[in-house]
Amino acid sequence: MAHADLISAATLTDPQPLVIAGREFHSRLMVGTGKYSSNAQMIEAIEASGAEVVTVAVRRVDLDRSKDEAILHHLDPDHFFLLANTAGCYNASDAIRYARLARAAGFNEWVKLEVIGDQQTLLPDTLGLLQATKTLVDEGFKVLAYTNDDLVTALKLEDAGAVAVMPLASPIGSGLGMLNPYAIRTIKQRLSVPVIVDAGVGTASDACIVMEQGVDGILMNTGIAAAQDPVRMAAAMKVAVEAGRHAYLAGRMPRREVAVPSSPTTGMLGS
Amino acid sequence: MTESGGIVTEAVAGEVVLIVNGAEKRVPAGWSLADLLASLKLDARTVVIERNGIILRDRSSFASLELTADDSLEIVHFVGGG
Repeated sequence: MAHADLISAATLTDPQPLVIAGREFHSRLMVGTGKYSSNAQMIEAIEASGAEVVTVAVRRVDLDRSKDEAILHHLDPDHFFLLANTAGCYNASDAIRYARLARAAGFNEWVKLEVIGDQQTLLPDTLGLLQATKTLVDEGFKVLAYTNDDLVTALKLEDAGAVAVMPLASPIGSGLGMLNPYAIRTIKQRLSVPVIVDAGVGTASDACIVMEQGVDGILMNTGIAAAQDPVRMAAAMKVAVEAGRHAYLAGRMPRREVAVPSSPTTGMLGS
Repeated sequence: MTESGGIVTEAVAGEVVLIVNGAEKRVPAGWSLADLLASLKLDARTVVIERNGIILRDRSSFASLELTADDSLEIVHFVGGG
C-alpha cells in the first residue's frame, strides 16, 4: 500500500514539493539570517533548519570594517537560495531601489518585497507594496510580497504578478504566533500562487499550527535567532513545519463539542 | 582649500573629493573605481555599486571608470536579515 513507503522512510515524504515561479524547493521552511549572536551560530542554525531559501538584507558596506557583516563570507551561495529583502524600506521607490541593487549582486531576480508602513508594528504599507510589486514585476523580478493577513490585498498582489504572497502570522519579531487563522486559511484557499506565512512565529507549535492551515511554507527569523538555543530551535522548527504539513495532508478529525469514547462501551464487567 | 559650512568640500591639487556611503572621501586624482575598491580592500564581486543613482552592472568597467569630483557612490552588500 501507499503508506508502506511513507512509514519506512525516515521522514514522511511530501507528495507535492513546494514550487514557486517554476522552481522546486526541498524545504517548506525558509529562514532569515539576522539577529544571530555570531555568524558561526547562524550557519549552524540554518543547517539545522534544513532550509534552502535564506533571506538577506541589502545595506551599505561598513567602510571602517568594524563589523564582519558581509554575509557572503559565511554563507555559500551555491548551497542556499539567497532571497534578498527590502526590509527597512518605507516607500515603494526605496523598496524598488533596494530590489534593483539586490538583483545586481548577480544571484537571482527574486525579491522578498517589504514596504513598511508603520515603525511601531512594522505592518506593511499595502498601497506602496502593490505599486512596487507592479513595477518590479514589469522589470522581470520574481516578487514574493510580504503583506498583512488581508485577503483583498493578497488577491491584488497575485493579480499584480507576485509569484508568492507572504501574509504575516503576527508582526515581525513579535513571536505572537498566528493571530488570525481564518484569514490565513482564506488567503490560502483563494490564491493560486503559493502562500508563505512570513513573520510572527515564536516557537515550534506556532509553526505547526500555521502549516496545519494548508499554507505552502513559512519564513521565519527571530523565532529561531532569538531562542535561548537557536540551533536546537531551528531543528525543532524543521520538524514542526513537516509535522504541520503532514497533519494538514492527513486531514484532521472534526472538532466535536461532546466526548466520544475511544474504548468499547460494551463488554464492561457486570453488564 | 576652502571650507563651506565647516566641511571641507574642495580638493587640494591632485585630489578628488567624492561621497562614498554618505561620507566625504578624498582620493588621488585619476583613480578608477577599481583603485578605490582596492584601497578599501573590497572584492568587486561581493558588492554592488550605485554611482549617482545608477547601478553599475558591469564590473569589468570598474578599472576604466575614473572617479570624478562630486561623484556620489553607494557601495552595498548583503548582510543578515529576515
